[in-house]
Amino acid sequence: MSKIIITDTTLRDGSHSVAHRFTINDVTRVVSALDSANVDIIEVGHGDGLAGSTANYGFSAVPEMDLIKAAVQSAKNSKIATLLLPGIGTVPDLEKVKDLGVKVIRVATHVTEADIAHEHIEVAKKMGFFVVGFLMMAHRAKTERVVEEAQKMESYGADVVYATDSAGALLPKGVKERISALKSALKIPVGFHSHNNLGLAIGNSLAAIDAGATYIDGSLGGLGAGAGNTPTEMLVGVMERAGIDKNANFFKTIDASSLVRNEVLEPYGVHLPAIQDSLMLGYAGVYSSFMLHAKRAAKRFNVDYRDIIVEAGRREAVGGQEDWLYEIAEELSKK
Amino acid sequence: MNKVKVGIIGPGNIGQDLMIKIRRSKYLELTCVVGIVESPGIKRARDMGVDASPDGVKYLVKHYKDEIQIVFDATSAKGHLENSKYLREAGMFTLDLTPAALGPYCVPAVNLDENILKEPEVNMVTCAGQATTPMVAAINRAADVYYAETVSSLSSFSAGPGTRANIDEFTQTTRNALIKVGGADTARSLIILNPAEPPIYMSNTIYCRVRDKNIEKIAKSCEDCLAVMKSYVPGVRFRMKPILKDPKDDIVMLGVEVEGAGDYLPKTAGNLDIINAASIRIAEVKAKQLLGVKE
Repeated sequence: MSKIIITDTTLRDGSHSVAHRFTINDVTRVVSALDSANVDIIEVGHGDGLAGSTANYGFSAVPEMDLIKAAVQSAKNSKIATLLLPGIGTVPDLEKVKDLGVKVIRVATHVTEADIAHEHIEVAKKMGFFVVGFLMMAHRAKTERVVEEAQKMESYGADVVYATDSAGALLPKGVKERISALKSALKIPVGFHSHNNLGLAIGNSLAAIDAGATYIDGSLGGLGAGAGNTPTEMLVGVMERAGIDKNANFFKTIDASSLVRNEVLEPYGVHLPAIQDSLMLGYAGVYSSFMLHAKRAAKRFNVDYRDIIVEAGRREAVGGQEDWLYEIAEELSKK
Repeated sequence: MNKVKVGIIGPGNIGQDLMIKIRRSKYLELTCVVGIVESPGIKRARDMGVDASPDGVKYLVKHYKDEIQIVFDATSAKGHLENSKYLREAGMFTLDLTPAALGPYCVPAVNLDENILKEPEVNMVTCAGQATTPMVAAINRAADVYYAETVSSLSSFSAGPGTRANIDEFTQTTRNALIKVGGADTARSLIILNPAEPPIYMSNTIYCRVRDKNIEKIAKSCEDCLAVMKSYVPGVRFRMKPILKDPKDDIVMLGVEVEGAGDYLPKTAGNLDIINAASIRIAEVKAKQLLGVKE
């Protein structure tokens, strides 16, 4: 079995958990810890990617370029990655992070909309980035459609394509089906990114590896949108027990996670994980970063958070449509 | 009553929807439709009894100079760069529905005035720009906007290959209009494609950070603005009336939905409908001026 490449997204997906308030000091400490644990790729940035600092998703406390610069300076071996969602971030943002020394760009679209990433993948590739195509909300499309969209990303020049379970709604069977199909249809490697909303992050990651995925995402302590991602330290431990080859060091990954839990998160008052709230996301198939926004909207309009999430699922909201949550809450408040 | 003769370049989805809208107009008479190949759109024009040709802009200016006074260009940015030269030379007032933006942006609810009608051509911004700029301008008048941000969600089927291939241009053009026409000091525009079935209506959320947080005054200004928009886009309505996102903060938030007229394009393509409806409005005001009609 081939070696698995691990991407840790504590400082990008985990940015949702702290409402995008990470500081340079946080980034420096976490990147150093992950780097000494030999984690392959470290993703840094606003939770919604480049230029995600907005009224809709939350403003960053520290400019993203400052955080990314600090990350690049703190990494000796690990590669620094960042995310771009076409429709939010643009090509000029790619140029800025190229100058800062970022090596990996992950370009994300809703699972059925790969063609809006054509320009960004092509340009990023020409600029010399290692380019990852990220198909979000992979539970929303049938396997054949996921394959079709992944092939588009491959044709634009992506080096890897991920099936991304943004809502933490896939069950192991659904993961296996999608990853196997991708594996046989694509020439490039396949990746999987999980959310733990139904408690299946580790199980789904293993199912993905069994089906041929060679790129897997995690975050320290599982910090991330909704119930968070696959805890990186747990993933590394499980891979050791399963005899799966990887570069990351188990104990050092645990140390990095302890740093996050015991020191980095302390000033934010964030405790992991918020299972009761995130369970609703997986249940209703709703984008994980909607959780905090829906909780705020519930408070603003004095309605039940769970009703908002169920309604967002019924309306088939996709990633990025955080704005709908306030409208839903307002409507519920009138019933 | 006399009507002003108009032409369409580019009989695709947008062009065919325009044909139906123009036929309803009291002031506009569709006289010629041109494309660059024989197509269903050319056939539709002929079926409507309109002269149509696959010989492009050259046919239009050769046969209709001094006769057609207003032209809708629904081709592409590249197409318009070429067409514009001929149309300017022929003195035909042009509504540019492409992203080329050689002329100034025009959003009828905000800046449709004498001055802009003197231009040889005006640009229609983007569908998101037409849907959101009026509200930003309305809030700016009431409350002085220092930052505007819009999130436009379109049904996947209604976003054509041109939009998809140039998504950066779409958000950047929309942002520019929020500043230049809407009056915001700075701005951002986001776009989301949603593939839900049945398709969603075009939905727009507008956030404005304001210097004067008077929500009653803002609400009144937005209501007035909606009434003006409704006069040319009947399917526009609030999804959510203006609120303070957080009463302690300075962010005003509202939602506007656009249901299309359902002419050639389905009602869920409100994004395509609004840009057409806005260009028809401009053409009618220009036509009334040419005809010397006063209302």
